[in-house]
Amino acid sequence: MVSEQIHVARSLMDHLPILVVLVPFLAAPLIVLTGARRLAWPIAFAASLTSFLISIKLLLQVLDGGVISYQIGGWAPPMGIEYRIDAANAFVLLLVSAIGTIVMPYTVQSIKAEIPERHHTLFYTMYLLCFTGLLGVVATGDAFNVFVFLEISSLSTYVLVAMGSKTDKRALTAAYDYLIMGTIGATFFVIGIGFLYAATGTLNMADIAAHISQHGPDRTIETAFAFIVVGMGLKVALYPLHLWLPNAYTYAPSAVTVFLASTATKVAIYVLLRFMFSVFQPTFLFEMNVVKGIIMPLALVAMFAASLIAVFQSDLKRMLAYSSIAQIGYILLGIGLLSNTGLSGAIVHLFNHGITKAALFMGVGALALRSGSSFYARLGGMGKVMPWTSFAIVIAGLSLIGVPGTAGFISKWVLVQAAIEQGWWPIALAVVASSLLAIIYVWRVIEVLYMKQPTDATRREAPLSMLIPMWIMALSTIWFGLDTELTMSAARAAADGLLNGFSMEASH
Amino acid sequence: MPDMEFILGHMNYWLFTVLMMTGLYIVVAKGNLIKKIVGLNLFQTAVFMFYISLGKVTGGTGPIYPLNMQIDPDVVYSNPLPHVLILTAIVVGIATTSLGLALIMRIREEFDTIEEDEILKIETDLVHGENKVLGEAMGGRS
Repeated sequence: MVSEQIHVARSLMDHLPILVVLVPFLAAPLIVLTGARRLAWPIAFAASLTSFLISIKLLLQVLDGGVISYQIGGWAPPMGIEYRIDAANAFVLLLVSAIGTIVMPYTVQSIKAEIPERHHTLFYTMYLLCFTGLLGVVATGDAFNVFVFLEISSLSTYVLVAMGSKTDKRALTAAYDYLIMGTIGATFFVIGIGFLYAATGTLNMADIAAHISQHGPDRTIETAFAFIVVGMGLKVALYPLHLWLPNAYTYAPSAVTVFLASTATKVAIYVLLRFMFSVFQPTFLFEMNVVKGIIMPLALVAMFAASLIAVFQSDLKRMLAYSSIAQIGYILLGIGLLSNTGLSGAIVHLFNHGITKAALFMGVGALALRSGSSFYARLGGMGKVMPWTSFAIVIAGLSLIGVPGTAGFISKWVLVQAAIEQGWWPIALAVVASSLLAIIYVWRVIEVLYMKQPTDATRREAPLSMLIPMWIMALSTIWFGLDTELTMSAARAAADGLLNGFSMEASH
Repeated sequence: MPDMEFILGHMNYWLFTVLMMTGLYIVVAKGNLIKKIVGLNLFQTAVFMFYISLGKVTGGTGPIYPLNMQIDPDVVYSNPLPHVLILTAIVVGIATTSLGLALIMRIREEFDTIEEDEILKIETDLVHGENKVLGEAMGGRS
């Protein structure tokens, strides 16, 4: 049963839902104001670590199905802005803040090689702003607030991607393309919110949901739904709207790619989930048709087409970018199954893919640091020269395929289960078949790393500051593959919460 | 059946749609990077117009407290909320435009052009160059 406490903020602990966003948000300008390169990293790390600890506390508070409603400035919703923490967004908050914190030590050596020194303080500022934006999108319960935080994270992402221009000038055009497409997506999203506001007269998500369930959908609300799905689809990199992703991931600095690949698209998927299942009712017929008739086939196309493109890449980083598009396909497939199990599978895959891709991109960054680029031709025999990095890539690669004992297996297993539950055998087979494609592209990496002669035997292993975060991620893919208690229970609680929507408010 | 009154009564939506589509068309069709940004601006401005016209209440006046703070229940006020929202969206739009223009400056420094087709040609050449080097490294094929 959903229990809701009336929120009266008396102590610091009551302010946690806003502090998780506010700490990095205030730390970002602080870095610019102090202006010292020495202080930038400690401030950024302290801020992200604080957010991480707060997220753990928040998740523990809501794991039993509770909801924390925080009213900003004491203004009660629907007039005031509400921050609403339930199992679904506490879980995503944890993912984002955990990755954001673990990537921090990794950035030090990585950006030293890839970003000019005078930009280092600004890099940490942008990193924290992006972090703030992503956390804000997840924490808020106000539809327009989602747009504002989305733009905070997007604008800083464009800058972060463009910072890769020292290594390759194509980072600039990648950032520009992303800016154009991202802005179109965000503007579509804001049009959708405008229609929702026109139809319901409120911006609070729970209030919109209550209005829709009482009055039923009309043309305006259907239009709003369409705009929001397309707008977020651009941010998610839903199959035909993914064109910005490969270049942005390939040319961004390695540390940025790690952070973006494992958080930014996941947060966009969370927003999509929140709107599809909480704000619009899942019983809403139009929506069912959209999900089954549009999102599901596109997810299947993504799983095969993107995997197939990944097989033929000659650049490891680019290959992983295409594999990300395919993995997003799995997550959308779970959503498309429209069942509790399917949704749990989608949410758990969101988490597992986040940690798997973080480990892989960290490995690529370390290889690129020592060999100068991430082309397969330059990475021959690196398994002998950089055994630790290569082995971490192998472990994460196995998780990407979905080998039993790794995190990737758990989520694919749940997805297959969900498909069989509904009697959709072809879909279950499709998940398995596209995993076979993953075997091919991961095998190519293993072949390059281990079965070629080292091109340059004088190269060294990556520095410890990169190896440790990489191994934390690689080991956690094994950990979450063996001990599924935390991830599965959180994902189930999240799926329950989403499918019940805000039905509690709707009843009175 | 939409009649004249329907069409005139929804004038703001027609204007919004036309302006929005003009903007989107410029973004897609023009090859000049600055023109794309201008198109993006038009596109966003159309959305601002949409929001602001949403707040209009027929016969409504500005939602400002009278000097004596006594609200007359007979006076109709416009809805100020969409206007306030759009202030935020305008700020976001300005940030996006300035970032886009800054990126174009950097692109011009690196590529020496701001025309999309020329940039595409330079990038294709780069990829061909990479493939040639890679092909040789992988055993003579490219």
